[in-house]
Amino acid sequence: MVRTHVLICGGTGCTSSKSEEIMKVMEAEIDAKGLSEEVKVVKTGCFGLCALGPIMIVYPEGTFYHSVKVEDVAEIVEEHFLKGRPVERIVYHDKGDDDVHHATSLSETAFYKKQKRVALRNCGVINPENIDEYIANDGYQALGKVLTEMTPEQVIDTVLASGLRGRGGAGFPTGRKWSLARTLVPDADQKYVCCNADEGDPGAFMDRSILEGDPHAVIEAMAIAGYAIGATQGYIYVRAEYPIAIKRLEIAIAQAKEYGLLGDNIFGTGFKFDLKLRFGAGAFVCGEETALMTSIEGNRGEPRPRPPFPAVKGLFGKPTILNNVETYANIPQIILKGVDWFTSMGTETSKGTKVFALGGKIQNTGLVEVPMGTTLREVIYDIGGGIPNGKKFKAAQTGGPSGGCITPENLDVPIDFENLMAIGSMMGSGGLIVMDEDSCMVDIARFFLEFTVDESCGKCTPCRVGTKRMLEILDKIIAGNGTLEDIDKLEELANYIKSASLCGLGQTAPNPVLSTLRYLRDEYIAQVVDKKCPAGVCKNLLQYKIIEDKCKGCTLCSRKCPVGAISGTVKNPHVIDPAKCVKCGVCMSTCKFGAIIKE
Amino acid sequence: MISLADLAAIRDKMKDKVVIREGSAQTRVVVGMATCGIAAGARPVLNAFSAGVQREGLVDKITVTQTGCIGICQYEPVVEVFEDGKEKVTYVKLTPEKAERIIKEHLVGGKVVTEYTIGANQ
Repeated sequence: MVRTHVLICGGTGCTSSKSEEIMKVMEAEIDAKGLSEEVKVVKTGCFGLCALGPIMIVYPEGTFYHSVKVEDVAEIVEEHFLKGRPVERIVYHDKGDDDVHHATSLSETAFYKKQKRVALRNCGVINPENIDEYIANDGYQALGKVLTEMTPEQVIDTVLASGLRGRGGAGFPTGRKWSLARTLVPDADQKYVCCNADEGDPGAFMDRSILEGDPHAVIEAMAIAGYAIGATQGYIYVRAEYPIAIKRLEIAIAQAKEYGLLGDNIFGTGFKFDLKLRFGAGAFVCGEETALMTSIEGNRGEPRPRPPFPAVKGLFGKPTILNNVETYANIPQIILKGVDWFTSMGTETSKGTKVFALGGKIQNTGLVEVPMGTTLREVIYDIGGGIPNGKKFKAAQTGGPSGGCITPENLDVPIDFENLMAIGSMMGSGGLIVMDEDSCMVDIARFFLEFTVDESCGKCTPCRVGTKRMLEILDKIIAGNGTLEDIDKLEELANYIKSASLCGLGQTAPNPVLSTLRYLRDEYIAQVVDKKCPAGVCKNLLQYKIIEDKCKGCTLCSRKCPVGAISGTVKNPHVIDPAKCVKCGVCMSTCKFGAIIKE
Repeated sequence: MISLADLAAIRDKMKDKVVIREGSAQTRVVVGMATCGIAAGARPVLNAFSAGVQREGLVDKITVTQTGCIGICQYEPVVEVFEDGKEKVTYVKLTPEKAERIIKEHLVGGKVVTEYTIGANQ
């Protein structure tokens, strides 16, 4: 009889730090100790606290091990599973938790306490490669309920009433999307349900984690959507860079087919729904709905003008709905637990929860899910553990290359779709990159802009040429050649691109620049007027100088300088020619008198 | 193709197997599993409790877990039962058979099996 469950994270983060190997060694070790009947090892999806991976949770006590190494396994099996003494050395403790003997269980930690897991409810709880474990947690009950007790209209009304909005970023009401696809073309011979798993924002990985940790939730929701709009075929468009997600989706689809939960005559109701995977080659623009559908059709992934909207003419010219992975993951629970349950979470206009991928200068890098309306301060300080090394918070970037930055004065704004828009950022898919005082905002804006320049498909001019010109202006500023007019030009160009681009990629590409200009204009000014980078990041704006009083005229630096930028005679103070200097720093590290500084 | 009834059957069968991961149980049954406990036969006792709790469908209410040496090695196998708002009960010199009786009378029935407690064995 199994008395202990050992849950080991099999998400991408923990897998890359050897969780697969730990699992194998653990199974062998358990076997060697004769515990295989008593202790069960389960591979799960992401627990969220990726910074501390590989993560392992032992139930029934809920002991939370972190940063587990292969060498720790034998000790855990011997001491904990056999003798009941948790290996304290690697048990997770909250900061300031003085009681070293207190084994903190998962739900008690500061990281999890303020979270509300809806879309991630099964991630880190079930084995995603075992459909029975999904069923154990009420899996496919929602599909059963929908097919046997509800009309398609009732399903759509439920989703509408729940107030669920697209989690991919734009926040369009999901129920409205479904309702349009059901009603606009009543005589369509085929319709399609698509899932956008082409997660492309740098730093965002919630969709990947859901697919890896709970693939059946997405499959079930797509079947429900199929019933609601009258479609029999679905496509999941997933990035080829997500091999684990793809593998688990393939396993999940095969298991669902075996049980007859996909295919003909589901639950004997006559409803038919099938699902196929399509792999994206990593083009960011394919996350845009029309480009994504064009790519599924086998064409080059380029957007097309709307209207016609996909609800009228989408995939293969048929009415189509496209929802994001996280959106789908909410659907089965809305059906089962009801509208009141879902609307009890969130704000007036944004219901439910949102998953954020915390990254950048933050203690607890990982995945968190919080009710809408939680403030950024709570996410960064209470859940995320704050900024490492006692540094000061400068800004957080949400929405990736389409979003903007949130500065300290807005830390207490409740996060929802409208509020983020109002402060010049956006929800986006939920990437949340934290920056401290050492980050240069001009450099960050340039990073995202460079990304969109790379990823622009080239179809429309404002995006193809405009973003490139913006990048050139930014480069000019960072090189120290910028003028105040350049900042104005940058802003003007940004607004043109925003209003004239064909698709969402171009329309939002200037956002990182616009929002940093709005909140942190000082940093731009410092770069063009004072020719200085306040954060000390932009190399071209750094100046190496020799302090006259300290220089003994030893000539060492001038001999070491690779470009001959230092001149001077013996026993007389030397001088660096800034025009020749390449800022390699060799002079500074060779000077024995500390006479060279950079500023 | 499975029916709705089949789905419910799979769920009910699997539910007991995964409910252990909720870690929400209030009552704790703690088995001493140090060297002294293991030598005195604590493993079969632990397994008897674990199996019994699962059999009776009490996994969401009762956690069966191990601990180290409690310090009364001559009384091993020792099992302590912690219930919210009640005094701790310490059972001593247990066997799988005695465990069965504790499961039935104490864990299910709510009545302490006095004759197995440390008080009755001193």
